[in-house]
Amino acid sequence: MNGDELRASERQSVDEPAGEAERLDGNAAAGILSEVFVPDLTTARATCANCGAIRVLGALLVYAHGMGTVMRCPSCDAVVLRIARTRAQLWLDLTGAKLVVMPTAAAPSAA
Amino acid sequence: MNSTQVSTPARTATITWRLATVAGVVAETPRARTLLLDVPGWPGHRAGQHVDVRLTAEDGYQAQRSYSIASAPQDGQLALTVERLDDGEVSPYLTDVLSVGDRLELRGPIGGYFVWDVALGGPLLLVAGGSGIVPLMAMLRHRKAALEIGDVRARHNVPARLLYSSRRWADVIYRSELTRLAQDDETLDVALTLTREAPPEWTGFRRRIDRMMLAEVAWPPGERPHVFVCGPTPLVEAAAAALVELGHDPALVKTERFGPTGEQR
Amino acid sequence: MTEPFISRGFRGRRQGAATAGRLPPGQYETRDFPVLSAGPTPRTSLATWDFTVRGRGAPTARWTWDELQALPHETVTADIHCVTKWSKLDTVWEGVSLDTLLAEALARGVESAPYILAVCDGGYSTNLPLADVTGGKAWVAVTFDGAPLAPEHGGPARLLVPRLYFWKSAKWVRQLHLMERDEAGFWESLGYHNYGDPWREQRYSGDR
Repeated sequence: MNGDELRASERQSVDEPAGEAERLDGNAAAGILSEVFVPDLTTARATCANCGAIRVLGALLVYAHGMGTVMRCPSCDAVVLRIARTRAQLWLDLTGAKLVVMPTAAAPSAA
Repeated sequence: MNSTQVSTPARTATITWRLATVAGVVAETPRARTLLLDVPGWPGHRAGQHVDVRLTAEDGYQAQRSYSIASAPQDGQLALTVERLDDGEVSPYLTDVLSVGDRLELRGPIGGYFVWDVALGGPLLLVAGGSGIVPLMAMLRHRKAALEIGDVRARHNVPARLLYSSRRWADVIYRSELTRLAQDDETLDVALTLTREAPPEWTGFRRRIDRMMLAEVAWPPGERPHVFVCGPTPLVEAAAAALVELGHDPALVKTERFGPTGEQR
Repeated sequence: MTEPFISRGFRGRRQGAATAGRLPPGQYETRDFPVLSAGPTPRTSLATWDFTVRGRGAPTARWTWDELQALPHETVTADIHCVTKWSKLDTVWEGVSLDTLLAEALARGVESAPYILAVCDGGYSTNLPLADVTGGKAWVAVTFDGAPLAPEHGGPARLLVPRLYFWKSAKWVRQLHLMERDEAGFWESLGYHNYGDPWREQRYSGDR
């Protein structure tokens, strides 16, 4: 990661949280996901409910929007997972994932 | 954290914010600076992971950004290398204002996807653009430290190649260290490409990373290298696509996009 | 930590107090125009673009790009407020008032209803009460700052509803559905406030 570059846009030279053409890798969602899940979810595998593609979450396209984190399927662009932080809650919508499989703490952590 | 074991720290609790102290700063290039941090209670990390940094103004306004860890897990201090974006809100503070003795709020380590350690084996192919070199440097530093305690044969089991794109020689982050690493280790190849200007005696590549360059530098797909590509989004997407076209297994090509483009660099 | 840590010498990119009276609670002024997106920028050609208003039943009012451009346009100067805390003052837009579009839709037989769901290219959606998009409060905007609306800012056309947090000013808007029952849109279904009045700081679900 390089901080501001993550969010700047060539067209308006703005460094603000999130930008659009700046799609990132699922790894960029690891921070907020770590607030929800103790195992690192970026190594979990999800099945896209729209097209069936199975991918490690780290390989999804992240739109780290300032209002929330949206993770999309690289094959069909459908939303697989989205998460938002409100005052005292995290809202997690996993309806775009048909199945999520993650290694347990006991498993080797190699991705 | 002075252990020379390769460890993969298990995370048993959610990551919390910590206060690190700036123990040193290193000017890497005119625009990039490394922060050396003492982090009490740091649980250790894996090469490729990052931290979130949070700045708070007196009136409570906060800004948060992510930065890749530059140091090897074996190093005693945590190092972050930050490249200054002129219009940035956070990076100019980190490169221009933050000083030795100041404290910095951060949390981590974060990320289990874009990580590598010697235990995963090789060959290892690293492709970087600009400040995308940072997490890959952590991997090379980790590799060096881990293999130093092993024998020479271990080094040959994990050969590594780096292809690193920068605008000019002056912008190449860690250039002395990379030169030295490559000179001292015959199982590490470092190829640089300069896209804007090159010194008169330059014999390296002189263009943006493309498929032909990757074909020349990369391991044959049959070797099944672990590939890590990091940098501005357009570079990462072009390189990853080219590698897959050359026959590399997409499952072995891991990418970390930093966001947009050459304009900012 | 009992007291929050303050980063020595950090100010962030914010403006002075001169405009403080125009900022809703918790907002900071910006001179930039941040781009926030939940997905890739849609690129719909003007030749295939259309805008529709529909209610229950069959009749759908539809405008092609040329037909939309032929409707009377207004210039709107407004302050806009994003729930991520930045506000931009005196932004200038041009577009067609929703009063014009809805009146025309009703004239074509579209059935009115108390709620609107705006649906956009790329799948984004947001919901609003009909009362908040009529009476000179909302537009389909096609220019910003005198130039055609750029794709990353919602071009060719976006909803503009400056009285509410800017997530309600849906980018790449293509359809307005008139609904008998309020249906939560993209962010409203993920913890954000259903209505979103910046002056009452209605950012999240549960804020009064």
